[in-house]
This record gives sequence, structure tokens and C-alpha cells, in this order.
Amino acid sequence: MVAIGFVMLAALLAIVILGPVIAPYSPSKTSPGSLAGPSAAHWLGTDSIGRDVLSRLIIGGRGTLLITVVAVAIALAAGLVLGLVSGYVGGRVDQAIMRVLDVVFAFPVFLLAIAVVAALGPTLQNLILTIAIVYTPTLARVVRGPVLSVKRWDHVEAARSVGVGEFAIAIRHVLPLVVSPILVQTSLTLANTIFTVTALSFLGLGPPPPDPNWGSMLAEARQFMELAPLTVIGPAAAIVFASLTFIVLANGLREMLDVGSR
Amino acid sequence: MSAPGPLLRVRDLCVTFPARRGRPPVRAVDHVSFDIEPGQTLGLVGESGSGKTTTGRAILQLQPASGGSVRLLGQELTAMRRADLRAMRRHMQFVLQNPYSSLHPRMTVAQILAEPLTVHRSVPRERIPERVAELMTLVGMDPKVVHRYPHEFSGGQRQRVVIARALAVNPDFVVCDEPVSALDVRTQAQIVDLLHSLQEKLRLSYLFIAHDLAIVRAVAHRVAVMYGGRLVELGDAARVYDSPAHPYTRNLLDAVPIPDPARQRAKLAEAAPEPQFRGRDGETGPCVFGEDHAASGTPAWHEVAPGHGVSCRFWPPGACPGQELPRI
Repeated sequence: MVAIGFVMLAALLAIVILGPVIAPYSPSKTSPGSLAGPSAAHWLGTDSIGRDVLSRLIIGGRGTLLITVVAVAIALAAGLVLGLVSGYVGGRVDQAIMRVLDVVFAFPVFLLAIAVVAALGPTLQNLILTIAIVYTPTLARVVRGPVLSVKRWDHVEAARSVGVGEFAIAIRHVLPLVVSPILVQTSLTLANTIFTVTALSFLGLGPPPPDPNWGSMLAEARQFMELAPLTVIGPAAAIVFASLTFIVLANGLREMLDVGSR
Repeated sequence: MSAPGPLLRVRDLCVTFPARRGRPPVRAVDHVSFDIEPGQTLGLVGESGSGKTTTGRAILQLQPASGGSVRLLGQELTAMRRADLRAMRRHMQFVLQNPYSSLHPRMTVAQILAEPLTVHRSVPRERIPERVAELMTLVGMDPKVVHRYPHEFSGGQRQRVVIARALAVNPDFVVCDEPVSALDVRTQAQIVDLLHSLQEKLRLSYLFIAHDLAIVRAVAHRVAVMYGGRLVELGDAARVYDSPAHPYTRNLLDAVPIPDPARQRAKLAEAAPEPQFRGRDGETGPCVFGEDHAASGTPAWHEVAPGHGVSCRFWPPGACPGQELPRI
């Protein structure tokens, strides 16, 4: 399972990294014949103003995945710090952090994202920041839970009795033992984030044009669905493939790490 | 620092766990006092829940004390600042009960043994591998295996690593909390021998917490008996074992199984009485020895022989000193 996940991830990364090299056309170059079907020149046909769908898919993936990865990386960093502090320190600090995160968590993802992007404007930074904020509570909770139990283990008390400082205990004696659930949850969050990013772009709250991305491609192609089905199926399939990659990866990691984790 | 006196001096140590969910606060350790001399072992015995482990943890300041004093090498630990206390941990170490959980599962033995050395900067960085090898030899293990992880070792070997970690910084005093009860019997004897020889070699003092009376008799110079958070008897090991003065100690010694099935069965048939003790704080009037401590201002503690004392407030009702505990 985990092998399949890594193969899919490798394919995804290859397409994204090599994008400009393997894309047959520039994503904004128009050619005569809009909404054309598949041909030798345009494997997936052209869109409503004659741009190559395959090239736009490849280049659009870069944007979508970049936003996703950066946003999740920020959410993970924030979640690690908040979850570790909350779980390890406990008491009032824990209460304070968790109640604030509960407030964020209580908002539906989309409502919050739409509110922030609408208020601050649909720029790349705002989009990334919004998504990072939205997913921080989930990751913080996944960190906090196991920290709460690991901090009571004997080897932590042993370290304390040796004279190791609290900060070093948290980093060296607690954190390494909670990584497996974090890895799994991060992978799942990546899958969710791909949906969120494309959905926000679909609604017009994504990164501004002309850069293509899967969400806005879907939105543009929607009205010509009957005439050129590939213009919709292409980005849809790309979104499904990308999220599936991370879901498969998460499942694989879970299976792998559950066995013999201790 | 070099003032004459005991290595460890514990006076009126109390630990109270706060009330939770409608249950009253629990006084887990109640005015416990004892001394440990350099190079000596105090065995601390008592049944589960009597407060033995909490006493050990409170001495090491891993559990805040609610009252009393703990002085190690003449320094008061209970009021010490955090940084000073961490430095003080060089002199006092802890050997935990379960060698399967007290080692970091993702650290090699070399990393585990190097940690105390780095924390206390007791040897220069480049000498750490040398010191780690020395420690392994000290506890009877092959220094070649330091790059393995704890799960590659048996329980006895892990406990040797735990002991090596405790000795890394040359402590004066080690709390051994049931150090052998998680091991099989043959390994128990080896670890007890190891602790014994290390004591002679390094002049260590131990607080040896155990519920196995036979092991305590083998290792301890003096024995303290705990019940319900209180010390009920304290004296030289030979005296406490041969002429126990407190009814609870007698009960405890009676509980040691007799290696004769017929006699053991007969003993089990007459169930031992659950000791119902009377007397807590603030009791007035004469104690079981007929002395009025409240009037004379002396502690409720009676010396039945030099260095051998019993609590005289904490007695089962109806029992008199020197008399068998009434069987029910």
C-alpha cells in the first residue's frame, strides 16, 4: 500500500517539477480551433479560447500543489508547536490553547476560508494563510493526544530524574514517539487541502488569473461540458488523482507504522 | 557541605494528592522521617499503596512534597530552585521498576548513557564514548553492544543499562524503586548482587523500595516499614526481621509464604486480619505505651531498642505492645 502511495507521489512530483519541460505548449498560448476534441497536436483537446488542456493541466498542477504543500507545511509547523506545548505543559496553558483552537475548529472550513479570502482579497498569500489556519487545529490535536500519554511514560520520568531539562525532554523524549500519527494525519490533510484549494479556486477565490489551476479550469469548462467533456474530465481526474495519492499514502503509512512501532 | 551527619535526612515528609471528583484529598505520605548514612541501604517495605514509591519520588523531587524537609549532603531540596535542583540531580539518581518502559525506545544504549554525561558536563565531549564503555563494563555488560536499541536486550540486561545510566554521573545516593520485581527470579538475584557490589565499590547509599521482604533482608542495613503513608517501624534489618515490634510488621512477615504446602495451606485457611489502624493527627491522651506525647511534646514514636523505633499512635485497636495481634 505504502509503495503504491510513493509511486503515485513520485509521478505527481515528476509532473509538477518537470512541468515546463514536458508541457507541449505554453498554458496561455491560444491556437485556432477552440473546444477541439483530442488530436495528435492536442492530446486532451483545447479549451474555450483554444488553449491546450494538457499543458494547462500540467502547469495548473504546479500552482495547486504548491499552495497545498506550503499551506500544510505552515499548518504542520504551527500544529506541532501548539500541540506539543499544549500536551506537554498541560494545565491552563493547555486549556487556553485548546479553547482557541476549538473556536477555529468550530467554523466550517469553507465558511472561514471564504470569509478570510473575501475580506482580505484573493491573493496567493491570503489563500495559503487561510488554509494553514483552517487545518492547524486538526494537526495540533493529533500531536497533543499522544503527547499527553507519552509524557507520562517511565522513560520521561527517568530523563527528568537524570536532570534533563523540560525543553530537551519534550523535544528528545516525547516528540520522536508521536511522529507516526502526525505523518498519517499530515498526509490526509494534504488530500483534504487539495480539495479545499481547488474548491476555492472553482468559486473564484483562488489565485488570480492568468495562471491556470485545476479549480478555475473546472469553473471555466463547466458551461461547455456537453461540447468538450475532456475540458472538465481532465482537471477533475487530476484533482482525484492528487488527493488519492495522499489518501493512499496515509493509509499505507498507517499500516506500516502501526506494526512494530514500539 | 562536609558537615558531619547523614547523607540523606528526611523529616516529616508529607505528600498530599488533591481531592478529585468528590473524593477527599489523599495523604499518600504522612510525616515520614528517616536518615540514610553514606554507603548504607535503607529498605522501604510495605504493601501496595502504602506510599513507598511516592516517598521515593518525593525525595527525588519528582513529586512535590506538601510538607517536611529533605536534605541531601546538607542541602535542602524541597525549597531549591529549578536550576539548582537539576544540578543537584548529579548526586541522586533513580532506578525505576520496569526496565521495559524506562529506556527511550528510539535511543541506542550509547545515547542513553551519554545523556546524563552531557547534561551534567561531567566528562569532556570527546571522552564520552570512553566513559560509556567504562559504565557498560561496570554493570557487567559488553561495551561492544552500545549501538543497539533497548528492545534488543533482555529484561535483566536492560535493568543493567538503567543502573549504568543512574551511575553515569557518580551519584552518592540512588533510589531503587522495586528494581527487580519486573524480572524473573534468577535475574533478580544477579541484579541484587550487582547493586550490592556497586555499593561496595562506589560507596553508594540506596533507598531500596520493595515488597519482597526476602530481597530487602538481603540488601538492606536498615529497614523501614510503611503502612497507610506512615512509617510504622524503623530499625536495623536484623532486629526488625527477628523481633518486629509493631503488629503490622509482624503481619507482613507472617505473609511471607512458607515453603511447605501443608503448613502454607493451613496458614491461608486462617485469613490474616485486615489491619484496622486507629490514630491520626491530633489525637490526645496516652499512646499505646501509656505516654502522653501531647503533654510532653515528644513525637509519637517509641524506641524499643537503640535505633529501633515504632509508631505508637498508629496501632490496631485492642493490640498492646509485645502482644500478638488478635486473630479474627
